[in-house]
Amino acid sequence: MSYVRPFKPLVFAVCLLPLVYLLLSAFEVAGLGLGTNPVEELLHELGRWGLKFLLLTLAVTPVRRWTGWSWLVRYRRMLGLFSFFYLLLHFLVYAVLDQGLDPGLIVEDILKRPYITLGMAGLLMMVPLAATSTKAMMRKLGKRWKSLHRLVYVIAILGVWHFYWQVKLDTLQPLVYASILAVLLISRIRPRKRR
Amino acid sequence: MLIKRPADIEPSEITSESVYQRRRTLLKMSGLATAGAIAGIPLLSLAEQEGISGRELQGVIESPLSTAEPANSWQDITTYNNYYEFGTGKADPARNARDFEPRPWSVVVKGECDKPGRYDFEDLVDNQQLEERVYRFRCVEAWSMVIPWVGIPLASIIGRLQPNSNAKFLRFRTLHDPERMPGQRRRTLDWPYTEGLTMAEAMHPLTLMAVGLYGRELPNQNGAPMRLVVPWKYGFKSIKAIAEIEFTRRRPRSSWEQAIPSEYGFYANVNPEVDHPRWSQARERPIGFGLFARKKPTLMFNGYADQVASLYSGLDLRKNF
Repeated sequence: MSYVRPFKPLVFAVCLLPLVYLLLSAFEVAGLGLGTNPVEELLHELGRWGLKFLLLTLAVTPVRRWTGWSWLVRYRRMLGLFSFFYLLLHFLVYAVLDQGLDPGLIVEDILKRPYITLGMAGLLMMVPLAATSTKAMMRKLGKRWKSLHRLVYVIAILGVWHFYWQVKLDTLQPLVYASILAVLLISRIRPRKRR
Repeated sequence: MLIKRPADIEPSEITSESVYQRRRTLLKMSGLATAGAIAGIPLLSLAEQEGISGRELQGVIESPLSTAEPANSWQDITTYNNYYEFGTGKADPARNARDFEPRPWSVVVKGECDKPGRYDFEDLVDNQQLEERVYRFRCVEAWSMVIPWVGIPLASIIGRLQPNSNAKFLRFRTLHDPERMPGQRRRTLDWPYTEGLTMAEAMHPLTLMAVGLYGRELPNQNGAPMRLVVPWKYGFKSIKAIAEIEFTRRRPRSSWEQAIPSEYGFYANVNPEVDHPRWSQARERPIGFGLFARKKPTLMFNGYADQVASLYSGLDLRKNF
């Protein structure tokens, strides 16, 4: 499988492209921009990219099964960590730029606004997954690693739900995410073996 | 251009001589003395306005009801719009309304009044004194702008239509024409967009029928050719592209109220103490100050409490949100 190894840095670079694009937009380089409400735009873009990477992470297993491309699994951890990375930035933009780093306001928001509660819960659940994503931790946790990392299904549902609940009226976009997630989750249900 | 001013200006002070003179000085300073001839140029001068377009309106006078706060740019006001008739994204209306043709235009007037009928836009607007009203604008989504509208007090239009004693409310409807308004081809809201006011709200001197922006004809994405502006209410009350006005006995049901009754009410007065079920209304993000601007506290009735609070005395604003 050594032939795929050179691609890893390339995949890494591609995963960074959304961030590069958003940074260039934030600093209005090369005619790019974040529009009239830049905080909102940055916040929403980071959230959407985090969810896209989460869906990509969840797509690895079913796509591998459908296509037989077993090498795909080599990128799963990286995709998952990028999802965490973008969602962490999403939270930081919320906390710093949107809420002005006011702990009282942030805590009140998290407790009082159900969609923010959901999003925060999902992000917190990602922390142990990211922390145990190393080979050493995989070895150390053994079988428990797999059950721990099943949390990703809950996280994905919370994330898409958070998106759906945040939208004012036109839920088309979050429903697209929800449909993709549904396909990815249903594809994991293996039919019981018949006698 | 940063204009320093005291934190709290009484409405009565808004057109004080000093403010008036400061505006003039600013215009002269920016080498725009000639532009001063056009009445009511708001604090951000035309020279700074990128992309400004539309026919200039003549004979516009300044209003004592204007705020002295610096207005948002033409760019801000015309590229960030909630106007689902032209798409649900904020940037959609500027794109999708570009080819909308707002003339000829007529407004159907019906219901409890002595002068029902179909009125041409010109019938309603020509020969009326146009005023520039620089108003704060607060969206229910917790962002805000300061907008230099040009328009006519709604009361003076209503006066001509002679509502009878049964008229307790007004119902407004936006044009319903999916051919010209592509957003109406998807059933996001129940078209046509409908809004309502009490008679007292409609007759209030702050309530404006806007036909212009920055001294020009109203851009399509802002509700051309005529829209309501009710500055103490959340923006969705200020219905755009009005094609019908009906005087009613009973309280009309507005589009957002119908879509999500638990979140949007008939009154929709700006109120920092009554949160939207999903987000706080205590603070707002002023548009136009970039990535690192702080939010600011939202004011009761969007800062127009002195003028309008009496309309709601005895009304439980928590229940009647």
